[in-house]
Amino acid sequence: MAETLKYTYKDFTSDQEVRWCPGCDDYVILRAMQKALPEMGVKKEDVVFISGIGCSSRFPYYIDSFGMHSIHGRAPAIASGVKLANPDLSVWVITGDGDSLAIGGNHFIHVLRRNLDLNIILFNNEIYGLTKGQFSPTSLIGQKTKTSPYGNTQPPFSPGELALGAQARFFARIGGNTPKEMTQLFIDAQKFKGTSLVEVLQNCPIFNDGCYAHITDKAVREDKQIHLEHDKPMIFGKERDKGLVLNGLKLEVVTIGENGITESDLLIHDAKEPDSTLHSMLVRLEYPVATGIIRAVEELTFEEREAAITQEVKTNSKFNSVDDLFFSGEIYEV
Amino acid sequence: MITTEKNTKPESLEAVVIRFVGDSGDGMQLTGTQFSDTSAMFGNDIATFPNYPAEIRAPQGSLYGVSGFQVHIGSIEISTPGEDLDLLVCMNPAALKTNLSALKAGHTIIIDTDSFTKKNLEKAMYASNPLEDGSLNNYRVIEVAMTSLTKEALKDLEGLDNKSITRSKNMFALGMVYWMYDRDMNHTLDFFNKKFINKPIIAEANSKVLKTGFYFAETLELIPNSYSISPSKMPKGTYRIINGNQATAWGFLAAAEKSGLELFLGSYPITPASDILHELVKHKHFGVKAFQAEDEIAGITSAIGASFAGDLAITTTSGPGLALKGEAVGLAMILELPLVVVNVQRGGPSTGLPTKTEQSDLLQALYGRNGESPLIVIAASTPADCFDWAYEAARLTLEHMTPVLLLTDGYIANGSEPWKIKTINDMPPITHKQINGGDSEKWNVYNRDAVTLAREWAIPGTAGFEHRVGGLEKDKTTGNVSYIPENHEYMTHIRAEKVERVQNSIPDLKSDFNDEGDLLVVGWGGTFGSLHSAVKKLTEEGLKVGHVHFNYINPFPKNTEAVFSKFKKIIVCELNSGQLASILRAKFTNIKFSQYNKVQGLPFGASELSQKFKTLIK
Repeated sequence: MAETLKYTYKDFTSDQEVRWCPGCDDYVILRAMQKALPEMGVKKEDVVFISGIGCSSRFPYYIDSFGMHSIHGRAPAIASGVKLANPDLSVWVITGDGDSLAIGGNHFIHVLRRNLDLNIILFNNEIYGLTKGQFSPTSLIGQKTKTSPYGNTQPPFSPGELALGAQARFFARIGGNTPKEMTQLFIDAQKFKGTSLVEVLQNCPIFNDGCYAHITDKAVREDKQIHLEHDKPMIFGKERDKGLVLNGLKLEVVTIGENGITESDLLIHDAKEPDSTLHSMLVRLEYPVATGIIRAVEELTFEEREAAITQEVKTNSKFNSVDDLFFSGEIYEV
Repeated sequence: MITTEKNTKPESLEAVVIRFVGDSGDGMQLTGTQFSDTSAMFGNDIATFPNYPAEIRAPQGSLYGVSGFQVHIGSIEISTPGEDLDLLVCMNPAALKTNLSALKAGHTIIIDTDSFTKKNLEKAMYASNPLEDGSLNNYRVIEVAMTSLTKEALKDLEGLDNKSITRSKNMFALGMVYWMYDRDMNHTLDFFNKKFINKPIIAEANSKVLKTGFYFAETLELIPNSYSISPSKMPKGTYRIINGNQATAWGFLAAAEKSGLELFLGSYPITPASDILHELVKHKHFGVKAFQAEDEIAGITSAIGASFAGDLAITTTSGPGLALKGEAVGLAMILELPLVVVNVQRGGPSTGLPTKTEQSDLLQALYGRNGESPLIVIAASTPADCFDWAYEAARLTLEHMTPVLLLTDGYIANGSEPWKIKTINDMPPITHKQINGGDSEKWNVYNRDAVTLAREWAIPGTAGFEHRVGGLEKDKTTGNVSYIPENHEYMTHIRAEKVERVQNSIPDLKSDFNDEGDLLVVGWGGTFGSLHSAVKKLTEEGLKVGHVHFNYINPFPKNTEAVFSKFKKIIVCELNSGQLASILRAKFTNIKFSQYNKVQGLPFGASELSQKFKTLIK
């Protein structure tokens, strides 16, 4: 099958004019996705994008595949229906921090709990963009927005923590200005069997410009981020001289060469560890901010569990048609 | 107390109405179901009405914890569970207190005297014991110490705990009623053997108590005679007893098989609709995907996703759930995808009366969404015809590519009656709009059928037909997002026109009994049985009354106005404050409609209706 699928990003580019604001990271995400899709080994007609409402949710219009721009917060539930109806499809949910963590919070946690094999890209810009600048469930305490002119007083969610609490099997995080790594993450998300959640730290140049600059700017990102790779030491920094060790119940940043620390003292990242304790610590870490695949633990998907039971019931059933059912049990003649 | 000579030959009756009442843990639903199933299998026509509290186990003996099951059986056509009772079976004082007024004067009450303790009398707010104070003098009271007799009957059966013993006293009552109405016990005995196949002792206990009750009644001097109700003259065929929720579920199963599509149900538990979900989760052998979602909104939106991907998708709920689904119903409508939304109506507003019936969601069904978002709205009218209307809902949505809202209600959903079984061959064809590939060059999302205006259904996996749909308004030809004012108006009108054109694929409205005359009785949905009985009675008295019952509500059948115009007066009867009446007035401005309404959480009684109708004719 794979050899017949020679797509390029153009095959996944629709004829619609993209209408995001100039300089928005959404353009980066779109192009990363269009580049990732040809690498996934899936047929174009089997790709389905479902979005909710918000800036990010215009995304499906720009991808030439099947797509639905739905209603606020409900994309995970719609996508679940698509996947249950046809498990052979490659199903993507496009959502934002307001869409998935406020109005759609319930669907977000339940889709993760059930573990259908679909992929969620969460555009987290810590603000409501399309409604013009209100604080969102990921806005920071003290953040001044249109609905918090004196500073936000609602503590934020950490999407990753929420996701792990909801039993997410796959969680990855990536800066909105690193297209190459992002493309690879999207491919990894598709390949992972189960619900994959990718949080993109997405800059909104209009209403929350620079909110991630201290983490994602080219000048600082190698020092402020740790890009995790499975089975590799937790090492970061421009000079590749910083790393993470466990000190008691906390992660600690150490410098290789100081206090006798060598690379072999650093933690080795195990994304496949079922116990999520260390993954949670990595998700919460403020310095450095963990990016890459933090957790990827495969288990049976919801549709696999359903299919197994359905198969068993079908095998043992004497019903081939509804007629068999209607005439079964207590019937009588008049 | 009235006494009668003992008579050995059963007296023949046309029809009887019996109500079993007791505590919500007394097993009255099971007792009633057994009696009605047995009677149906004997050949009687039947209609049942379970009436139970919202509390699962209300405090024992309390007035609000009383659970009842009413059954109407006859050798004649039975279209309602009946009104005035011929027999009341009472398991405790609270049940007597809350149900006595329904019993006809001079008729029989069977009472478990063991439950008439001081404590239970107090809980039922009786100042004195009705068994002693003469307040039952107008009735024939059969006092039986059922609990002690049950204990006595089971004293030699080893391995039974006290609770199981007391719980089988309902079978003592059932045994007595079986004898009184000359019924065979075998159906119930078989039922125990099957149900308790792994607990043979429970099967034995229940069987023993049932027989003890039967023989007790036979030898008891207090019961004057037994009655027989001959089999009714129903059309020949194979029957089964079915309630409205089961019939609804089965209608969708049939539609899925006929259309060749897989059935997807997205739902969230809600009274009184949950039984449709309970039924459909059983049918994985037909490939049914019944998905219990995290909330009402996910129930419908998962169904919208499944519909987008090519399944016959439905969602089931009751009034409060429909309110939550409103935005998503609008989405399905603008996406022009097939979807059936079933609303098993209950008493409202808000949580309202969850276990009681009402028809107060009609306006919500028609208009309860933002923007102009018309739906096809249809309603089932009896427990068994829920099968046909569920099937019809599926046919209409698949052929017209617009959502259908099917209204049933708690009364017909829980009520049961004989269903002459239909086979898949008996059902009309369903032609869905899916396209299986082909030339996609000139294809567009909003290519429409010239007759129905339905668009085609291109599902994911169909190469060349990749497209985007969404809640934003779309261009009428390209299917892309469009803010052009004229285009929005065009699309708004075409979506409405598409629903209007359903008129071409539905039958004419017919008036039963008379197609012209002095009075036309108009109803819709679950009130069919009551209205039919009332009009039948007046017609037999020689009055010129017709009965029109709407199953198609949006759009109305084409000839509706013509049918109305043949009658001098029209009365619209509804279990709400006049919702259909207001629509009819808006639509048929030349016609005068009067109303008869009831909002008590209860069905109409045929006699209250006929009394009202008579006042309009004079």
